[in-house]
Amino acid sequence: MIQINNVSKWYGEFQVLTDCTTEVKKGEVVVVCGPSGSGKSTLIKTVNALEPFQKGEILVEGVSVGDPKTNLPKLRSRVGMVFQHFELFPHLSITDNLIIAQMKVLGRGRDEAMDKGLKLLDRVGLKAHAHKFPGQLSGGQQQRVAIARALAMDPIVMLFDEPTSALDPEMVNEVLDVMVELAQEGMTMMCVTHEMGFARKVASRVIFMDRGQIVEDCSKDDFFGHLDARSERARQFLSKILQH
Amino acid sequence: MNLDFSTLAGAQDFLWQGFKYSLTLTVSSMVFGIFFGTLLAMARMSSIKPLSLAAAGYVNLFRSVPLVLVIFWFYILVPLLTGVDVGAERSAFLTFAIFEAAYYCEIIRAGIQSIPRGQIAAGQAMGFSYGQNMRYVILPQAFRNVVPLLLTQTIVLFQDTSLVYVVGATDLLGAADKVAHRDNTLVEMYMLVALIYFSISFALSQAVKRLHARIAIVR
Ligand SMILES: Nc1ncnc2c1ncn2[C@@H]1O[C@H](COP(=O)(O)OP(=O)(O)O)[C@@H](O)[C@H]1O
Ligand SMILES: [Mg+2]
Repeated sequence: MIQINNVSKWYGEFQVLTDCTTEVKKGEVVVVCGPSGSGKSTLIKTVNALEPFQKGEILVEGVSVGDPKTNLPKLRSRVGMVFQHFELFPHLSITDNLIIAQMKVLGRGRDEAMDKGLKLLDRVGLKAHAHKFPGQLSGGQQQRVAIARALAMDPIVMLFDEPTSALDPEMVNEVLDVMVELAQEGMTMMCVTHEMGFARKVASRVIFMDRGQIVEDCSKDDFFGHLDARSERARQFLSKILQH
Repeated sequence: MNLDFSTLAGAQDFLWQGFKYSLTLTVSSMVFGIFFGTLLAMARMSSIKPLSLAAAGYVNLFRSVPLVLVIFWFYILVPLLTGVDVGAERSAFLTFAIFEAAYYCEIIRAGIQSIPRGQIAAGQAMGFSYGQNMRYVILPQAFRNVVPLLLTQTIVLFQDTSLVYVVGATDLLGAADKVAHRDNTLVEMYMLVALIYFSISFALSQAVKRLHARIAIVR
């Protein structure tokens, strides 16, 4: 579904991504972890071209992301993305957040879009909040709406960039529950997260990044089951985040 | 000093016409200025260099010359270039629209720049094109953030429309000026006009202040 081949990216002199290669197959849940500043956000954002890259190739269902001829809005409309800070549109009601792209990008009628939006809102347990504005919801609720908004586009893959790291601890689980459910339904997912409980539960593979490089890329069982076989850096990182 | 307002009754209609012209000029310059100013702001922030340079040149030019001078230029230039003598009133419409766009542009640009990058990314990620992202995500938020500034600029614009009297247009001040000279009531007329400009501008700026406070609460 997603192939990332030898991708490198620079900010001026500074190399953020070095020769990254991996793939996400249909139905897989790939968890990306690593220290802050290691390039996780940058890597995941290259997949839907929110971040350009200078070397290598990324294919989403065979479509080359870096090709200047690629219709990026169309490609992005098929790739759902959930951000660390939710990024709901604050000037629009929850309902409008859910339907606007369905209508303007996919050309769906208002009724159809509304139907779909409300079904998904119900699914994330927030149907009663349809008429509210994002600012009236808690962080956890906003993030669940953001997931519903992305799902409303019928994405072929979902990208998550630290979806729970801006949340108060008591709200983390309500968002993770939605994500686990999605994973169990077979959604293809690429998740930047440090929630190792989530990774243990549903990940197919775990990627560990450090200083712009993919240091580890292995099955969940190898990652957690054979820690001794992991690199020094990955072990150090894991011991740090597993402490609390 | 003896003040004589007895001639006012006869001049009412003429002054009212002038006042209506001032208002029309203000509103039309605001509407066009905000529309064209928005396009200018987008051009200024474009990654296409010639476009952003041209827009920046336009804005800097009009923000660096006195309005009176521009009013004179257009009054003389428009008939020269088009061969049609459009008259002071109509040439002023063009002048103000073009001049004010430069000021509105900078306000709107500040508004657009106040939108967090994450919002822009979120719009892109939904599959919006550049134009759709502007229209549905960025501009509505940008405008909301700068409504008080846009209105304040419009109050300044309302006062500045009085400058058209220099080319003989009959706005509120122009009308008052003509009446004043006819009836020899300069002091009375200029006092009256000052009072009108003050009342309207002051009332509007108070309203803007209240609006500002309300927006601040909502956010
Ligand atoms: N616009 C930018 N300009 C320069 N450097 C950047 C920019 N964005 C991110 N970086 C740098 O790139 C590195 C990777 O950032 P990021 O992908 O956000 O890391 P992570 O998500 O793993 O914390 C960091 O060192 C960061 O400082
Ligand atoms: Mg990050």
